Amino acid sequence: MKLTAARAVSKALVYLLLAMGAALCFLPVFWLVRSSVMTLGDIFKFPPILWPARIRWQNFTDAMQASPFLLYFRNTMIVVVPNVVGSLLTASMSAYGLARFRFPLRNFWFALVLGAIILPPAVVLIPQFLLWSRLHLVNTFFPLTVPVWFGGGAFNVFLLRQFFLTIPKDFDDAARIDGASYWRVYWQIMIPLIQPALLAVGLFQFLYCWNDFFNPLIYLSSKTTYTLAIGLRFFIDSYATFWNNLMAASLLVIVPPVIVFLIGQRYFVEGVTLTGLKG
Amino acid sequence: MAKRRLGAEAWQAITGYLFASPVILGLLIWVIGPMIGVLLVSLTDWNVLTTPRWVGIRNYVKLFASDLYFWNTLKVTVYYVVLNVVCTIVYSLVLAMLLNQNVRGRGVFRSIFYLPTIVPIVASSALWMWLFNADFGLFNQILQGVGLPKSLWIASQTTVVPSIVLMSVWGGAGNTIVIFLAALQGVPRELLEAVEIDGGNWWHRFRAITLPMISPVTFFNVVTGLIASFTIFTQSFVMTGGGPNNASLFYVLLLYREGFQRNNLAGAAALSWVLIVIVSLLSLLIFRTSRRWVYYEGEQK
Repeated sequence: MKLTAARAVSKALVYLLLAMGAALCFLPVFWLVRSSVMTLGDIFKFPPILWPARIRWQNFTDAMQASPFLLYFRNTMIVVVPNVVGSLLTASMSAYGLARFRFPLRNFWFALVLGAIILPPAVVLIPQFLLWSRLHLVNTFFPLTVPVWFGGGAFNVFLLRQFFLTIPKDFDDAARIDGASYWRVYWQIMIPLIQPALLAVGLFQFLYCWNDFFNPLIYLSSKTTYTLAIGLRFFIDSYATFWNNLMAASLLVIVPPVIVFLIGQRYFVEGVTLTGLKG
Repeated sequence: MAKRRLGAEAWQAITGYLFASPVILGLLIWVIGPMIGVLLVSLTDWNVLTTPRWVGIRNYVKLFASDLYFWNTLKVTVYYVVLNVVCTIVYSLVLAMLLNQNVRGRGVFRSIFYLPTIVPIVASSALWMWLFNADFGLFNQILQGVGLPKSLWIASQTTVVPSIVLMSVWGGAGNTIVIFLAALQGVPRELLEAVEIDGGNWWHRFRAITLPMISPVTFFNVVTGLIASFTIFTQSFVMTGGGPNNASLFYVLLLYREGFQRNNLAGAAALSWVLIVIVSLLSLLIFRTSRRWVYYEGEQK
């Protein structure tokens, strides 16, 4: 009897702590949503109002009138789509090459991939910037969309290589004996097999690009090329006292990735887990 | 034809190189080349306007000996990195262990804990500026509500770094929690039960079984956490601009300021190489010492 009572208490404690953690995680998000639908008058009241009596949708239209968020959205998609396609294609090719073929210096190249994961992107920024400015391509989308077609990011190559290693080599061999070329093995047998990992890579790349602030800040200098991240920063600088409009603008930037995450959650968690456990 | 003449092995090597060529080219063009480039620039006095002259290691000497910001920046960044990694690891491990208690609605909890990680950093910077707001922000309203003195949060030299850590733990723990949870689920039940039979409590189980079993994953989380924290930029760029009084002038922010706002390309290049060395030494140190505290099952690694 005593033991089960102790069990029940500890179980209740676990739920209590979990609920507290969840509340702490969720509270800022709730405050964002709540502030985005209030008037400025309500927002500054003390003690604070938890939820306004009347929802003020106008904050969203105000924000979108003050800043061309639709244009920023379009620009963001121009950057995001080639990034996702490029990383899926070239990271999977590269990972397949590194996982399945013996060739001179293979381990050297793989070690470099691992090194590149650790390398902070900021340290190679200056020569990259000089290169793009020499090519007169600063303030275009090229610096943000071209590099990913070269391997699709070291982290993605690493993740997919680990995934390829979990697939028995018999699959390749059987297909090879049947006369399939290496390209067909890759395209028709391997790609379908690694689909869960590819979905994870696609999601990572989407979120990375959507959230990226540093590279657009460096390369995009006119308002017509701004992505959402940069546009929002501009909005913060100009409307920092209109907290309700600012929260509405932030919410506009947050909603798409959250929807994508909720849809692809399962693959996402699998991808994160794979890198952590095989790392 | 070619196949027969070259032999299977050479053919394999060529095909392998072809498949891997995107990442090999990428490493050469976007990593190795620029690393050499940034080293060369750091040995000149280039400032965009003038033609560069060779000055040897003068930029590095200047950085270490007389730069106004360098040591302060390093101190501020290390302070942030250590505080952030420790807090994130502890917070994530606690939440992951709670999730591992066979609770109902685990998926829902996990999604909620992960949600802040999805929020773009610029958007969370806007949100936290609002939460930290000294007059009308949520945090000070809560403090005021329970009768505690208000804090200046990101507006004071002494609280700005801990405040940004609070925000980073909230927004950066998602991956760490998921990885810890997966590792905890891999801890063999029979080992935990053996300790229980011997009369051990949860602390004994944690100390003797769980902690050693998840040490490789803790190792992974610490390494990735250290490196990611070292390159913090957006939060201070958007929220504080490096202030107040340079108390949140993190390393990459200084690098950006030198290179892109003051056109001091050579100085920024020197900062870049110092950062490369720091990150490499850090990784090396952790890998070297990992033998002592990381337990690999069956020692197969």
